[in-house]
Amino acid sequence: MTTAGSQSDPRTTDEFIKGLWRDNPVFVQVLGMCPVLAVTNTARNALAMGLATMFVLVMSNIVVSSIRNFIPKQVRIATFILVIATFVTIVDYVIQAISLDLHKALGAFISLIVVNCVILGRAEAFASKNKIVPSALDGLGMGLGFTFALLCLGVVRELLGSGAIFGVHVFPDRYQDWVIMILPSGGFFTLGAWLLVFNAIKKRKANAAGTAKEAA
Amino acid sequence: MSEMTTLAPPEVPTWRMYRAMVGIGLLCGLLIVSVFQLTTPIIAKNRAEALQKAVFEVLPGAASSKTFVREGDRFVPLPDGASDSPGVGEERVYAGYDQGGALVGVAIEAEGMGYADVIKVLYGYGFDQSAIVGLKVLESKETPGLGDKIEKDPAFRENFQALDVSLDGSGKAASHPIEVVPHGTKTSPWQIDAITGATISSKAIGGLLGKSTAYWMPILAPRRGDFEESR
Amino acid sequence: MNQDPLWTIFIGACLINNFVLAYFLGICPFLGVSGKIATASRMGAAVTFVMLVSSVCAFGIQILLTQIGAPYLKLISFIAVIASTVQLVEMFVKKMSPALFRALGIFLPLITTNCAILGLALFQTNKGYGIAQCLVYALGAGAGFTLALVLMAGLRERLELVRVPDVVQGTALTLMVAGILSVIFMGFAGLGG
Repeated sequence: MTTAGSQSDPRTTDEFIKGLWRDNPVFVQVLGMCPVLAVTNTARNALAMGLATMFVLVMSNIVVSSIRNFIPKQVRIATFILVIATFVTIVDYVIQAISLDLHKALGAFISLIVVNCVILGRAEAFASKNKIVPSALDGLGMGLGFTFALLCLGVVRELLGSGAIFGVHVFPDRYQDWVIMILPSGGFFTLGAWLLVFNAIKKRKANAAGTAKEAA
Repeated sequence: MSEMTTLAPPEVPTWRMYRAMVGIGLLCGLLIVSVFQLTTPIIAKNRAEALQKAVFEVLPGAASSKTFVREGDRFVPLPDGASDSPGVGEERVYAGYDQGGALVGVAIEAEGMGYADVIKVLYGYGFDQSAIVGLKVLESKETPGLGDKIEKDPAFRENFQALDVSLDGSGKAASHPIEVVPHGTKTSPWQIDAITGATISSKAIGGLLGKSTAYWMPILAPRRGDFEESR
Repeated sequence: MNQDPLWTIFIGACLINNFVLAYFLGICPFLGVSGKIATASRMGAAVTFVMLVSSVCAFGIQILLTQIGAPYLKLISFIAVIASTVQLVEMFVKKMSPALFRALGIFLPLITTNCAILGLALFQTNKGYGIAQCLVYALGAGAGFTLALVLMAGLRERLELVRVPDVVQGTALTLMVAGILSVIFMGFAGLGG
């Protein structure tokens, strides 16, 4: 056991890091788009949604990973969905207990975490094949990556749309709010723009690698 | 179907599938029910606090509140321990009292179609003034920057500090139905001064208030005693 | 019980609060299968069909759950029913009309993770619709989804032949176009009043 643990050490750190950047669920895999667009009109909502999703992701990964040997293959997906739906229901009640205003702002999108493809995807592709600790780290990394992406959108949309970040005004009063950024269309534009940035970075890296190869 | 084509996965006995599903089902059920039990009292408390805050907001001067249920043409206090959400066909109003325990007014929920989606409001009715004395938008998806001024615009909110909804001699209809007039042309206490650039949202508020008061006032106005006696 | 007239519900679900462009539900198929008008319209038809069926099921479940007083089971039973509905519909279509199955086949399993279906079930219970209102709501939502998908597919078919900088290609471009479509759909607001 100890050798297996030490062997997988560099790998486990990798499980954690990959979700943040290289395999970022939103910017690279383009998964789970609905909440990304819908609840990012303020940074606060984006953060809350990201944390809720992360909680469900980590918990469902842990549970799926710990029961992976007892579950016959045929009823696999059904059990995964059951587990995920359970944790989403829990999150729903906990958020209601913490803040009703937040619950109202996120609305049906808390329940809709169930159908977020990222969660079922990680349960099926990773947690059902790996030990508990790497699965938990994978969930944590993917969850953080998701939260990071939501915050990227939330901060930009709130800053331009209401001149504030986390409700604190940063622009002088004469700043004219870009109302469109808070409206649904602003979500599409902002996400499109972020994808542009990521594509440009990728392109530049690929070009640099290409020229390096040529030089060598 | 996949077992038919690929022979690789070994036959799994049906009871194992049942065992797995039932086991997971039990575990999930246990988790959900315990969280539900833990959070329900907190959620109920939050709801009650939010409602009370809204009631105080639309009934200036109120320091305590009490929920009433309509029974035919009278109002009775909500029995203790009743569910915090109204049942089917049950109609609730919220009475507010000042520090001395005197009745300030009654808060009523109303809703109607706005520009984008349904607008829900809570308004306070003062018996002394026969007027709406406060309004709070509970839910709206009006366009930010334009329609959502119904929530923030101070000039518009001033309309609801004393909006006349008194009944005419018959006691069945308003003496002056609520009217929405163009910005800056308000002359009478039953008129609402609309917001420029948010005409439809302003009209929606006027419309839903008109409908709600037409329904409630004939029932509510003569029953002041119901709310005072129970103190 | 909600008193909204049926036609307001239809217009509301289809145009004003379009599930894709205003509520952001069903973005995955919207980005994924909006390449060709033919596939887009079939996907739309499949989603509308499943919406109608699961809307009725969700209505029944809601009544049952209120009867036994277990609101905390709402989400689990909705998702279970939607998943099984999709399976049933798939088997049924396969048996009854192989031609239709070939046309819809690959899209049906995808619908299970389509948040528009679950969203519809949740919204209709939140709004307290009766059975006729539920059906009209489902029909409107499905029509709106199909409309958004077909419009998008039409635009993307044109865009295929346009030369754009290569960083813009792919999802980024689709999102920009979707943003513009969403601005256009904002113009429908106010129709329901």
